[in-house]
Amino acid sequence: MSDINFDQKLDCRGLSCPLPVLKTKKAIDEMTVGTVLKMVSTDPGSKNDVTAWAKRTGNEILAAENDGTDFVYFIKKG
Amino acid sequence: MNNNDQKRMALIASKGTLDWAYPPFILASTAAAMDMEVGVFFTFYGLTLLNKEIDAKVAPHTNPAMPMKMPFGPKGFQNIEWPIPNVLMGNVPGFETMATSFMKKTFKNKGVATIEELRAICIESGVKMFGCQMTMDVFGFEQEQFVGGTDIAGAASFLEFAATADITLFV
Repeated sequence: MSDINFDQKLDCRGLSCPLPVLKTKKAIDEMTVGTVLKMVSTDPGSKNDVTAWAKRTGNEILAAENDGTDFVYFIKKG
Repeated sequence: MNNNDQKRMALIASKGTLDWAYPPFILASTAAAMDMEVGVFFTFYGLTLLNKEIDAKVAPHTNPAMPMKMPFGPKGFQNIEWPIPNVLMGNVPGFETMATSFMKKTFKNKGVATIEELRAICIESGVKMFGCQMTMDVFGFEQEQFVGGTDIAGAASFLEFAATADITLFV
């Protein structure tokens, strides 16, 4: 696991598409530019979806990890 | 992102069953989360999805591709696909209600949002909702029965919105 510093944490475990993306968007909207959100999901589809969402919305994924069950994303608000 | 890059999506939601209520609300809420401008034109049976209280059911009858599964018990049991004849699903009283409650329970178990939740997110994130005037007249619907923010519109209004859309889908 990365030891990237983050400012906010969002737990999306157990949620299916499209909720991880929708909740990530809501959390990012309330943060200031340059701060980092750590989002944890159990949805395997989040890997492609969070990446696509970040690309479209101009947010940066600093790291994306998978420990077997959890998919962990560090997203820097753009 | 500057506004010149903003994408626009126009959807037509024409079906009012629980299964078909999902695609337009999933796509609309996600597109809004991706900073797109979204408009959904609700027409024919899709118009019932604008009712303040959504009463969408799933219709197993004449829906032979729908897997019939149980939302409870061990995983192996839940994964069994029950071979229930279509004629039975259509004729046994209460089957539709049971299938609807099973589908809702399965969705909940799998962490899928309810239609009401997705619609609330759509409204909150500025998705434009158009209700079809002609359908309202035909079925006797009133604007007061719809959720707030619904605009009443006709084909020309939708086409004017869709004319500059990057994504257009009929559901």
